[in-house]
Amino acid sequence: MTEFLPLSEAIAKHVPDGASVALEGFTHLIPFAAGHELIRQGRQQLHLIRMTPDLIYDQLIGMGAARRLTFSWGGNPGVGSLHRLRDAVEQGWPRPLELDEHSHAGMAAGYRAGAARLPFGTLRGYIGTDLPKHNPNIRSVRCPYTGEELATVPALNPDVTILHAQRADRRGNVAIEGIVGAQREAGLAAKMLIVTVEEIVDELPPAMNGVLLPHFTVGVVSHCPGGAWPSYAQGRYSRDNDFYLRWDDIARDRGHFTEWMERHVRGTSDHRGFLESLRRVAA
Amino acid sequence: MSDYSRDEMMTVAAARMLWDGCVCFVGIGLPSAACNLARLTHAPGLVLIYESGTIGTRPTVLPLSIGDGELAETAACVVPLPDIFSDYLQAGRVDVGFLGAAQIDRLGNLNSTVIGPYAKPKTRLPGAGGATEIAAHAKQVFIVMKASPRSFVAALDFQTSGGHFEGRGKSGARGGGPTVVVTDVGILKPQPGGELALVAVYPGIPVEGARAAIGWKLAVGPRLETIDAPTMHELATLRALEARTIAAHREPVRLPI
Repeated sequence: MTEFLPLSEAIAKHVPDGASVALEGFTHLIPFAAGHELIRQGRQQLHLIRMTPDLIYDQLIGMGAARRLTFSWGGNPGVGSLHRLRDAVEQGWPRPLELDEHSHAGMAAGYRAGAARLPFGTLRGYIGTDLPKHNPNIRSVRCPYTGEELATVPALNPDVTILHAQRADRRGNVAIEGIVGAQREAGLAAKMLIVTVEEIVDELPPAMNGVLLPHFTVGVVSHCPGGAWPSYAQGRYSRDNDFYLRWDDIARDRGHFTEWMERHVRGTSDHRGFLESLRRVAA
Repeated sequence: MSDYSRDEMMTVAAARMLWDGCVCFVGIGLPSAACNLARLTHAPGLVLIYESGTIGTRPTVLPLSIGDGELAETAACVVPLPDIFSDYLQAGRVDVGFLGAAQIDRLGNLNSTVIGPYAKPKTRLPGAGGATEIAAHAKQVFIVMKASPRSFVAALDFQTSGGHFEGRGKSGARGGGPTVVVTDVGILKPQPGGELALVAVYPGIPVEGARAAIGWKLAVGPRLETIDAPTMHELATLRALEARTIAAHREPVRLPI
């Protein structure tokens, strides 16, 4: 049975310190509200997993919530660096961060294997790159049929995956539209799946070829309108490209970053409060 | 046309290399501008794939991120990201992959991971993303990078993606590697053996000017062409695309409350 919980209770109940956590969503539907709740509740020592850390992991890393990062591309899309990620890797601030670094194709294979409960994913990949020299998780296997050497990555099975979606129904079926990234695979790979949604409806129309996570794969649904901002929810609100540009300034300086996070994330009680605090600044 | 920037020349030169019907794996920035310019001028049937899963997309403005809603709304179809890498790129269905990087060497190997040692980098860069497998499996790779001795280097700090590295033929890579490097000072192509040489210059930029911007002793190919300056039509189309993009990105987004 899917539980319906407020986001704060979902995080308190299902995400302990030290957990491996994947907040997925490729540019679209990034679960920012859930990331902020992890920060408000002061989670520590997390193993963060995400193809593109994006601003949400820049924030978690800068607030000292992470000990390890599994990722494949760590920039601010279209803008430049993630300054808090860089500071953690280059200077160990606010604490050192272990890296488990992959390519997109490798991480996608890891999620697919995890979703299928296979021990590893395989791909014709990591060719002509130094990555395997620095990441012992990237190995190889000989194909028993052709003899070809193929790259392998361990299955990714996060303790908890958190996604954001447009809609869920009252049974806990979840519907996602637009760019889906590796959300379906990351969701099915998890031991516990929490989904924040824009809207809960009595009944979803037949999904046909749209992405639907059926209720028996979904542990918790939390109603959280606007929960993907400053990323976006197709059909609801657009990506706030201007905020992604402004983040470059906010995150560049340790003090400025900490002040912003204290004021807007730790200083508010929930996602609505967070958005209202930003609206007051803009007004 | 007399009045155009080096960036515009570079974008136009890259766009001209794409053909109608070509299946093209696109990155953000200059590659995205070049591909969309080609689509809006001589190659209306160009098929653009962005790694976020959008296939056959026809954006009216350039995306800021690889997953802007605009790309999904104007796509022929949107597929899960693992499909893009596994069933499209790895399966050999991509004609041209566009790449840029922080560093390139004379064999077209690329670094987008770190400056300095990996364990204690001077500068941590974003990393591989899709680049490693694009470099391996796209039938051809077009590299687009502004030239400077800091970026066109004798030795990479880290090899993120493979060019014409030793052993490529037996490595399992499906694609042929880089076939051209478009810079803002001229165009380089690999010669037999894989080393990049200058094969074309732009109007007003002499061979010595191009050589000064490359951090190794750049060879000049057997035939040196001069690329035509951008036409009025190319420049007008590119500038209109960029103006639309700036206007769209300035539009304030209402907070979702």
